[in-house]
Amino acid sequence: MKLRLDQIKKTLGNRLVLDGISLDVSQGEMICLIGASGSGKSTLLRCINLLEPLDDGAIWLDGHDIATPGLDPQPVRQKIGIVFQSYNLFPHMTALENVLLAPRRITKKSRADLMPHVGELFERFGLSQHMDQYPDQLSGGQQQRVAIVRALAMKPEIMLFDEITSALDPELVGEVLEVLKALKREGMTMILATHEMTFARDVGNRVCFLDRGRILEQGPPEQVFNTPKEPRTRDFLARVLNRG
Amino acid sequence: MRSTQFLTALGLTICTFPGIALADGHCAAGKTLEDGKLTIATGNPAYFPWVMDDAPESGQGFESAVAYAIAAEMGFEADNVVWVRSGFDESIQPGAKNFDFNMQQFSITEDREKVVDFSMPYYSSAMAVLTTQGVVDAGAEANLASLKSLKWGADANTTAVPLLMNLVAPDSDPLLYNDNTDVTAAIQAGQIDAALFDLPTALYLSAVVVENGTLLGQFPADRSENPDQFGALMEEGSPLKACVDEAITVLSESGALQQIEASWLSETTGVPVIK
Amino acid sequence: MTTPSSGLTRRQEYERRQRRRSLVIAGSSTALIILAIVLLVPLAPGWERVQNSFFNAEVFAKSFPKLLSAFLVDVAIFAWSAPLIAILGLAIALARDVRNPVLYPLRLFGMVYTDVFRGVPVVLVVYLIGFGIPGLGLPRPWNSPYIWGTVALVLTYSAYVAEIFRSGIESVHASQRSAALSLGLSSSDSMRFVVLPQAIRRVIPAQMNMLIALQKDVALLSFIGPVEIFRQAGVFKSLLANFTPYVVAALIFLVITVPTTRLADHLISKQNRARS
Ligand SMILES: Nc1ncnc2c1ncn2[C@@H]1O[C@H](COP(=O)(O)OP(=O)(O)OP(=O)(O)O)[C@@H](O)[C@H]1O
Ligand SMILES: [Mg+2]
Repeated sequence: MKLRLDQIKKTLGNRLVLDGISLDVSQGEMICLIGASGSGKSTLLRCINLLEPLDDGAIWLDGHDIATPGLDPQPVRQKIGIVFQSYNLFPHMTALENVLLAPRRITKKSRADLMPHVGELFERFGLSQHMDQYPDQLSGGQQQRVAIVRALAMKPEIMLFDEITSALDPELVGEVLEVLKALKREGMTMILATHEMTFARDVGNRVCFLDRGRILEQGPPEQVFNTPKEPRTRDFLARVLNRG
Repeated sequence: MRSTQFLTALGLTICTFPGIALADGHCAAGKTLEDGKLTIATGNPAYFPWVMDDAPESGQGFESAVAYAIAAEMGFEADNVVWVRSGFDESIQPGAKNFDFNMQQFSITEDREKVVDFSMPYYSSAMAVLTTQGVVDAGAEANLASLKSLKWGADANTTAVPLLMNLVAPDSDPLLYNDNTDVTAAIQAGQIDAALFDLPTALYLSAVVVENGTLLGQFPADRSENPDQFGALMEEGSPLKACVDEAITVLSESGALQQIEASWLSETTGVPVIK
Repeated sequence: MTTPSSGLTRRQEYERRQRRRSLVIAGSSTALIILAIVLLVPLAPGWERVQNSFFNAEVFAKSFPKLLSAFLVDVAIFAWSAPLIAILGLAIALARDVRNPVLYPLRLFGMVYTDVFRGVPVVLVVYLIGFGIPGLGLPRPWNSPYIWGTVALVLTYSAYVAEIFRSGIESVHASQRSAALSLGLSSSDSMRFVVLPQAIRRVIPAQMNMLIALQKDVALLSFIGPVEIFRQAGVFKSLLANFTPYVVAALIFLVITVPTTRLADHLISKQNRARS
């Protein structure tokens, strides 16, 4: 077991946003989180990355509880990368500087030492010509790919993606999803919150339906999409599938 | 008896109708700001020993006493003297003044006289070096060589500044302040060793204000160069100047001025003269 | 395609005409007003006296050289105060931003500091510190009014500057900090490399205004002794019974402040354009 969530609880404001979430993730698995807006997908991902402290519960990564209160979150975050819906590139840095910042500060390696790996990432995601451009000179799809490269540059073991295509123009969605497929082929362990039902069905290993801070239903994509057990899952799917 | 009572009553009546109070032939008639009144300005605040307790109406203090003497000489009863407060800047700015004359240790200088009028001097001041016992103990002496090496301060708005440069010409640039209080604060803080003031002010500051204050010496009033003489300040071309001058001349010739000086500025002797 | 012979597009042609028109109007109306002032003001009954008191050529010539050299004192005080203010202001802003509850006292200190020093007039701080601290018995040269006057300016101004920095830091969206942290950067690295560069860039125009204010407030040090330009002007005023030295001082000041003010305005409008 690569990652195990055990009864995670989280309150924001005075709202119980995560109400006892448990989930096992195997090495190389791609988990798709679906659910209505406000169901807690983003919060769950932020909790796993320790951007939000848990109220209760545990997160086991390779047999260690990384959610132990008081533990330094920095080393954990280096192992778990996250990409946000709104890219969050640093606007005052070029694409390359965005990507190099964390590795240089954390590994203390020189730019020259890092370049082979980083250059290869840029190459692989079709961004080689854009290294020296600033975020506002890039298209949404390019920005999002830079954000993915930035997270991958830390050589994480797990990647979290929070609706990374929903801010993109439809014709740019494809290029970003291709990146995810490629990562899956390489055996990356991934959890993604997504509204791309077709993608979840075709590529995901498992689909989890989040509802009011709980995992109401989970299973292989065919099962959840074709024969949902819960009425709320059925309602949700009917709404989103009809819309598309 | 009857006739004196009558006269007093008449006098009071006259006083209460200021418009007819002055004999028409009198020098100041019709030349003051307000008919029958003499408006005199002093500083805000006014300092000892020039004005006691910041209350010029009391007639206590050298300038206050001189002011009333001049007023009397010009034919104004004490009741018809009105006091106002006015800073140096207000006194030299162009335009109408809110006083007939202004007495606050204004030194008469050629440059100033281009812009305002001064009366004849009513006081010739020696300049004195205010310092602290600590500076004296450290070896400061009443001779020019020693004075030059001190760190100097002065009130920026007074003629002490050029006098300091001419009489002492200190080795390092002096520090300058807004008023007496700030100069003494700087002495107290050890930021300056000594400051130049007119002798009466220096005496007062050393005795009352500055802790361990002392006078190192004085430049005598009758020095031939840069004598520091106080005059009453008036608007340029003031028609009153002749009257004030006349009054001061009379007071000076009769010895009244010297008498006032003796009673308010008595202790000025005994300060060593700087050579 | 009807491109005019001048090679300009129709729009450019139109804008050029408009510009010329408004230039003519602005130029002639300005000239008219200046003419009116030049002709009418001297007719006022008090003009000669005002001229003599404020615009006296003789006094101007007499006081100018000394005022200019006194201005160097202002420049020097400004030159060493400004960097100190920037450093302390930034430090206070960062202290106010600490989130670690253990460091709450630091945060509290930052808060009290900015409240106190923004609440007290600069002159008062200059007096209190300039006379007060040396009064405790410091030996020369450590009791110099230059040192403690500078301290007073730095304390006061860094409170304002800190608030501006803080508003800049807060204007950088929280997601930027999240993104930096999520990469495994420490919170100080996140602040230093991600938040601060953006924050500082945003507040440069506002800080320029502080610089302009500081340029003028260095004159307050004259209250505790240093003979800078306004004090020197005051001495001349007192000796010559004439206000012209102040006019000279103001002119010397303007030569420095007008360009900086223009630059600040330019930066502000540039930033506004970038935002919209
Ligand atoms: N700081 C906060 N304070 C209070 N409530 C919050 C806060 N942040 C989020 N919430 C609430 O928590 C709930 C879960 O939010 P979250 O962003 O995780 O939902 P989501 O499933 O990602 O939704 P979406 O699909 O719109 O991104 C929402 O109802 C939201 O209103
Ligand atoms: Mg979300």
